[in-house]
Amino acid sequence: MTTTVPRTGRPRLARFVKTRYDKARDRQVLLGPETVVTLNPTGADILALCDSTRTVDEIVDELGRRYDRVVDDEVEAFLAKLVARRWVEIPDE
Amino acid sequence: MSDQLLDGPLGVLAELTHACPLSCSYCSNPLELTKRSAELTTDDWRRVLDEAADLGVLQSHFSGGEPLLRRDLADLVGHASGLGMYTNLVTSAIGLSRPRAEALRDAGLDHVQVSIQADEPVLSDRLAGISSFEKKIEAARLVKELGWPLTLNVVLHRQNIDRIAAILGWVEELGADRVELANTQYYGWALRNREALLPSREQLEHAEKIARETRERLRGRTDVIYVIPDYYAEYPKPCMGGWGSRQLVVGPEGNAWPCLSAHELPLPRANVAEHDLAWIWRESPLFTAFRGTDWMPDPCRSCDRREVDLGGCRCQAFQLTGDMTRTDPVCVLSPDRHLVDEAVAAANDPAAAPAAGATSGPEPVLVPMPAVRPHRAD
Repeated sequence: MTTTVPRTGRPRLARFVKTRYDKARDRQVLLGPETVVTLNPTGADILALCDSTRTVDEIVDELGRRYDRVVDDEVEAFLAKLVARRWVEIPDE
Repeated sequence: MSDQLLDGPLGVLAELTHACPLSCSYCSNPLELTKRSAELTTDDWRRVLDEAADLGVLQSHFSGGEPLLRRDLADLVGHASGLGMYTNLVTSAIGLSRPRAEALRDAGLDHVQVSIQADEPVLSDRLAGISSFEKKIEAARLVKELGWPLTLNVVLHRQNIDRIAAILGWVEELGADRVELANTQYYGWALRNREALLPSREQLEHAEKIARETRERLRGRTDVIYVIPDYYAEYPKPCMGGWGSRQLVVGPEGNAWPCLSAHELPLPRANVAEHDLAWIWRESPLFTAFRGTDWMPDPCRSCDRREVDLGGCRCQAFQLTGDMTRTDPVCVLSPDRHLVDEAVAAANDPAAAPAAGATSGPEPVLVPMPAVRPHRAD
């Protein structure tokens, strides 16, 4: 099953997951039921922008500006993975 | 994004009490249950959580016995939550009233795991030793109503494994987010009752097929986790992801352990009243005893799989052979594998018990009789 990421959808973290800074290991992590996922810096930036107000397109634009490169595929693949695990939700418009 | 083995423990399992309204024959608590009067106080637990956070613990699991029997549960959940931990309640759900649940939600509890013994009251209540099925279903609904993610924990064994389809029916009906179908691990109480609990190969194949089909059908809605019984495997499990590697357990009396069952091993104790968790984790003889691969005897020492399964389970080695340094007898390369094969052969003997809710056949020989009275006020 492939997960599609609608570009006009507004992603948000599922209610039961949290992201936080893990001081002991100096990195961002995502915490969920029986789950600790280490986020790379790009992943952490993407999730920080998943605030249910920005669309996927706007997140891509914002990160493209920030990193000065094209991040379309990266953002889409990352979100698809998290949506498939139900850690990120993209409600229907 | 990667799941990595990080330094320091990621999770702490706080076994707040051994008291429990249930008396399951596969209970993971020690054969000698800690008395209520010997339990850590609220302040002790707060300190343990502080020290765990300093060590890098990100998740706290409140368990027991029945953690709801501790009147300070919401207080401790609130403390862990305030430390930024992801907080998880592992409960029989007996005692999870609406006011209690609301207090836990207000304290910041993130996730609830409710144990389910069977799909219907008669078998469930027989396995739990108390009338509890309807209360569990009601409490599971309350968990969802209050907006928590719900995990149902099902320990599978000879007497309930044939009911797996109907149990999964409840998973769907209740809208559970996760279900852990975990075959019984044969330590402590379960080892004493193994004859009554170990399923046949035919039972397992049936259960695995249904678990696989259901996992596919519920994909995207419910995570179906199926933990295989290691007696039927060729190689042992990498127990706890390695000794003293990712998790630590603190018992009701303050003894810290690398895993749930390690209290049976002849190793020096490490108690949070005498040492801080950092010393216990990094330096105690208990936590360093089997860390890494240097301790391994053959056949593990020279085995290609030594970094895969890390020698398997120390508790299983000890309980089956009397020597905790031996290769896990579950491994087909272990000189002790016959100990496991004999138990498996007995479970598959056609003359052995009728299973699945039958009233004849081997019965558990020994069940825990935990205290049930509430914790004294601190």
